[in-house]
Amino acid sequence: MANTAARGKHRESLLGGHAASAMLRRRRWAERRQKAYGIAAILIAATALFSLIGSVAFQASGAVTEAYVKLPVALSVEDIDPDRTGDAEIILRGNFNGVAKAALRSAFPQIADRAGRRELYDVVSSGAAFELAEHVSSNTELVGQTIEYRFLASDVADLYLKGSFGSLREQDKTGLVSITINEGAARISSSSDDFASVLAQVKAQLSVDAMRLRRHAARQNNAVSVYQRRAAAAGSEEVRADAMTRMESARDLRDSLLAEAERLEDRAGSAKAAEGLDREDRSVFIRAGGGWIKLTALDGSTAEGNVISPLAGDIENSADWTLLKTDLPEAARKISDTQIMVIEELQSMGAMESVFNWRFFSSGDSREPELAGIWGATVGSFWTMLVTFLLAFPAGVAAAIYLEEFAPKNRFTGFIEVNINNLAAVPSIVFGLLGLSVFLGVFGVPRSAPLAGGIVLALMTLPTIIIAARAAIKAVPPSIRDAALAVGASNVQASFHHMLPLAMPGILTGTIIGMAQALGETAPLIMIGMVAFIVDIPSGITDSASVLPVQVFRWSDFPERAFEAKTGAAICVLLVFLVIMNAIAIVLRRRFERRW
Amino acid sequence: MTKIKFATKDVDVFYGDKHAIKEVSVEIEDKAVTAFIGPSGCGKSTFLRCLNRMNDTIDIARIEGEILLDGEDIYDRRVDPVQLRAKVGMVFQKPNPFPKSVYDNVAYGPRIHGLARNKSELDAIVEKSLRRGAIWDEVKDRLNEPGTGLSGGQQQRLCIARAVATEPEVLLMDEPCSALDPIATGQVENLIDELRKNYCVIIVTHSMQQAARVSHKTAFFHLGNMVEFGETDEIFHNPNDPRTESYISGRIG
Repeated sequence: MANTAARGKHRESLLGGHAASAMLRRRRWAERRQKAYGIAAILIAATALFSLIGSVAFQASGAVTEAYVKLPVALSVEDIDPDRTGDAEIILRGNFNGVAKAALRSAFPQIADRAGRRELYDVVSSGAAFELAEHVSSNTELVGQTIEYRFLASDVADLYLKGSFGSLREQDKTGLVSITINEGAARISSSSDDFASVLAQVKAQLSVDAMRLRRHAARQNNAVSVYQRRAAAAGSEEVRADAMTRMESARDLRDSLLAEAERLEDRAGSAKAAEGLDREDRSVFIRAGGGWIKLTALDGSTAEGNVISPLAGDIENSADWTLLKTDLPEAARKISDTQIMVIEELQSMGAMESVFNWRFFSSGDSREPELAGIWGATVGSFWTMLVTFLLAFPAGVAAAIYLEEFAPKNRFTGFIEVNINNLAAVPSIVFGLLGLSVFLGVFGVPRSAPLAGGIVLALMTLPTIIIAARAAIKAVPPSIRDAALAVGASNVQASFHHMLPLAMPGILTGTIIGMAQALGETAPLIMIGMVAFIVDIPSGITDSASVLPVQVFRWSDFPERAFEAKTGAAICVLLVFLVIMNAIAIVLRRRFERRW
Repeated sequence: MTKIKFATKDVDVFYGDKHAIKEVSVEIEDKAVTAFIGPSGCGKSTFLRCLNRMNDTIDIARIEGEILLDGEDIYDRRVDPVQLRAKVGMVFQKPNPFPKSVYDNVAYGPRIHGLARNKSELDAIVEKSLRRGAIWDEVKDRLNEPGTGLSGGQQQRLCIARAVATEPEVLLMDEPCSALDPIATGQVENLIDELRKNYCVIIVTHSMQQAARVSHKTAFFHLGNMVEFGETDEIFHNPNDPRTESYISGRIG
């Protein structure tokens, strides 16, 4: 046994000795570990991918629907066509803005003040009047009639309906309510402590706010002591004076914060029953008798408020009422209390409707989020990619064939090769600068046009295509070339009849990679003006246009909250575009694929 | 009466600095099979590729000396290698059909040389070539299937058919059987015997038995030199040079 072990472990027996089996165990363990690493890596990558797609899709979900407000509109001849021409062109220029506003006013006559009216008009998109104008001018017989028209809701109204500003929550109530109204001011009393819980919430919120202020004050207090030490340690009079002024300003801020906190705490802790509500507090509404009251002060069982939508009259011991509270204070949301009332009323009238957002896929860019669509950028991307492909693909393939099949191997071609590889590593914005100074500056290519963008992106894509095409041509077995030459084909015939078709799958893969890169490119296009605000759908390669990634970039930069969802949706469209391109590549590759 | 097809005089081939072929002078007869034998790397394939200028595709290759085909210098500057290769067909070591249909494989040469005026003429050329390649019966029902789907032996005969489709006068074969099994080898050898009635066939082979079986004349190459050239029977039974004798009897190679 010892003898055989000395001769070599692997000769011992099939089962192996102790040492051999230990080694095998280690090997198996290493194998399992490798497998686990691989699986872990794939899991991480998949998680990253899915969370990315998930977050984009979640963001985009807000753009799936759009809201409409259905209102009766009186298309008065005086406003639209005062000369009674019946001409579509003149009707198109009619005062539809006024018509639309009048429709809103007649639906909500209770809103009489200027500020309230403005808020009312903002429930409907500013583009709705144009749409109404187009609708009427293409159906001129409608002039003079009163029609039911679907107005596009504004972005704020749409966001409210989607719950972006929190929701209007109904509070528990048990008692019967009595309301007396005097000149728009209402006094409400309930037979039980129905307002107590709302009051408690308001007071709790006050304590939270006070605590936040105290934290601020503590930070300022730190600053005070730091500046005090600095002043004490100061070498020169100048530094000391500076530290002292800073210390004083920090101290003043601290004191004012503390005072404010104390005031809030007083309010929160005071036994004083009635608590006033202002813009900083969550709004509380009472809906009863067909009207709305916004509370301004409340106590356990009594409250005061302003009538924002008139009630039928005073109410005595009625159980038919609702107590509503918003999630956010009026100061923290874009939508006002009046607008909430309007939307809720419209909803209970059944005049609001939510439909699939076709507009997003069919219209161009706009400054109004509810009117903005992706179609302009999509068409722009399509034209740009078309130009890029038509320039980069033939040039890239021709260059690759020349370098691979015909070029003599000398210093000059070596130099060209190195530079093509370097070109692939040049930051894309440099190509944008080149496009700006050469194509726009010297050759006068129209600014912001897909032609200019396509040329720049073609330059950027060219090295990728050349490198991929050369690799693909190199991978074709030389025996095919020999075979072609041996039957008397010329070099060109051998290349185009045999090498190129066989290299095509690889060339297409490289081309699609390059094109996908170009599709997602923003920086060089900004340089040549494709970041401009373009509303029209481009109808050719010389029209001004935007492209998808630039559109994403622009929308992500807009302050309106509704553009968030649009940005997500635009990214989704970009991804779909990419998937379609890849699918085309796969189909083409399958077509050309041959085995040898 | 024998006619000399190829005559070479003091041919030298250099690959960069490497002197691959040294002063080879040989006269190759028409309508006969000439075999080049020798150990690996002795230059027999290189020399064969000089005969239809396939070495032109190698940048570093340089050829000196004179190669005459029917008395014309094939390296004359006025000679187009495309024209030459139509006259001097070649079959390679590994079967290399185009990844196209059987029909297109054979029809490609006639098409680019404009040998057929219409479809029926092309069909006739394809059929004739496939018959000459002794493969017609096996592929006549699958002309539209890819040539790469055939077996190794069939592929090689398809390549021979492709080579004869352009009506060459000389057929160069670079170890045509080295990738084939004995049965396919036998078929190809029979085919070579058939072909030599119409063509001047030059075959490079590793296998001395094959050279003995198929060739009339044999040239023995060693380290870039053509050591001996003569009747196959002479070379195998009564070689002049001791190196040939050593190779034949298996002492070198």
